[in-house]
Amino acid sequence: MKYYSIVAVWFVVLASPASANLTIEVTKGVDNAVRVAVVPFAWRGSGGLPIEVTSVIDADLTLSGRFETLPASQMLSLPNESGEVFFRDWRLLDVEYLVIGFLEPAADGLVRLKFELYNVFQQRPVIGHAIEGDVTELRDMAHHVSDAVFRELTGIEGAFSTRIMYVTSVGEPGNALFRLNIADADGHRVETVLESREPILSATWAPDGRRIAYVSFQREGRPAIYIRDLTTNTVQQVTDYRGSLNGAPAFSPDGNHLAMVLSKDGSPDIYVLNLETRRLRRITRHYAIDTEPSWTPDGEKLIFTSDRGGQPQIYMMTLANLSIERLTFEGDYNARASMLPDGSGIIMVHRREGIFHIALLEFRRGRLTVLTETSLDESPSIAPNGSMLIYATQSRGEGILAAVSIDGGVKFDLPSSEGDVREPAWSPTKRKEFEPITR
Amino acid sequence: MTIRSFRELFIIGLAVTMIAGCSSTPEEEPVAAAEPEPVAEPVQAAPERPSRSIDYRDGSGYLQVLEGNSYETLQGVFYFDFDQAIVKRAAFAELRKHAEALAEDRSLRVRLEGHADERGTREYNLALGERRANAVRAYLMTNGALSSQLETISYGEEKPAMSGSNESAWAKNRRVELVYR
Repeated sequence: MKYYSIVAVWFVVLASPASANLTIEVTKGVDNAVRVAVVPFAWRGSGGLPIEVTSVIDADLTLSGRFETLPASQMLSLPNESGEVFFRDWRLLDVEYLVIGFLEPAADGLVRLKFELYNVFQQRPVIGHAIEGDVTELRDMAHHVSDAVFRELTGIEGAFSTRIMYVTSVGEPGNALFRLNIADADGHRVETVLESREPILSATWAPDGRRIAYVSFQREGRPAIYIRDLTTNTVQQVTDYRGSLNGAPAFSPDGNHLAMVLSKDGSPDIYVLNLETRRLRRITRHYAIDTEPSWTPDGEKLIFTSDRGGQPQIYMMTLANLSIERLTFEGDYNARASMLPDGSGIIMVHRREGIFHIALLEFRRGRLTVLTETSLDESPSIAPNGSMLIYATQSRGEGILAAVSIDGGVKFDLPSSEGDVREPAWSPTKRKEFEPITR
Repeated sequence: MTIRSFRELFIIGLAVTMIAGCSSTPEEEPVAAAEPEPVAEPVQAAPERPSRSIDYRDGSGYLQVLEGNSYETLQGVFYFDFDQAIVKRAAFAELRKHAEALAEDRSLRVRLEGHADERGTREYNLALGERRANAVRAYLMTNGALSSQLETISYGEEKPAMSGSNESAWAKNRRVELVYR
């Protein structure tokens, strides 16, 4: 009997000039995009700022597919504060909403950003406040504004401050270099967390957004599950059962348990490791393949893929009594499911006429909707706001990331100049939270 | 390189191969009856009957067997049908040669690396690759190999032999590779 070894290793975060930003190309937007003008924010300090905050906000709103922004060159006036707003200037241009603001030096070397959102037709301010941050956090401050505007105008929590983790593979088969990267949701500020000549896969976030888990073959080409703390830069090897799968890690909603797949007792089964007591509990016992566990938002159930019925389908297990229920019946290949944050359905990989798509199964109506038109689609990951999902697909023979709204109305691609990109995982938390300043 | 090992082998007969590291795990002692080890007798008879020897090439992972005067590198890659983990009949003869070599030289260690094509999800493909590796493992054990000589690893779709999203690439990628260590 062998116990998992816990090895804490200090490591150096790789500076990553080699990792190129992802770009976003909207392939489908909503028909009735809201017309918004983001007026260039003035900087009221000396010198310049390293980042053009306005262009970050403008890009966020445009790339969401729900807004059409007005180029600054077409604006008739450039207000920064309420007294400078003349609504007729904007009505003339058919602008429905106006975002204005400015930045200025604040105490302790910080920068203060103040913004306001106006409803042009009603001629009134809708929201607005000030935040303060470090000069290195200007992109975060811009995303904060985008989130606030998006929430106000769509009723959906913005996801502009979140991050996306993904794996890249560069080079020919047999000689590929694998990287685990984390980028802002707009594809900027790419950081390489791990680089290896051996495969890296199944990276996933803990609910606190601080820890990640992943599978790496870096030790003698054998798979092991690792947990990495992004704030302290420590790595812990969770499992390395030899001759066994060590895969598909998934943090429970409370962050204290890790579901995984091991085949140490024969066939691939689901196990749950208590990260505090280190007790390992076997959840499924079946000679078929059981894999890809994913927790329900209440933490009481696990959904997983199993071919116990002859082909991969989605099942759900209640942890209290280990009862199992089959969830999918349509199609001959359903896999890698995860539940929507509100529990109303699952998204998954679904094969239709031999082509792999991402599909949504709504429980209430029992309806299955194919969300993507691409092929070889896999690894769907839902944004914390529940309205978008990101997935991996193929374009011109290379793996790229793409995103689609759950209602199918908005689609965009995130091409990269850096080889094959796959296995996106949307962060559950924001990179940086700002408290509105009231004084 | 090959000539060097050829000569050496010819002389030393069956007493070959390095100790394959410290990799054997004692957790799974073989329950199945092992074939009687045919080592002792041929070693004494080596001068008269240098009929057969075994080696693996450094680094390459392939197994080489000397039969009489001819020197053979055993086929080390075996292919599978889509979504299947059944060893093909056509592979039996070659796999039996591997099993016989493993039975003959208990110091041999081989890694059975299972792979899948890119279609379907990555973790499911890891499981499928393992299923294929296990199918080869079962065949080798039935034919004389010990479980302590075999290690299975699945790489799923992560290490394709050939890139491309077409049937010929997929067929090359659904495989188990025997890598001697």
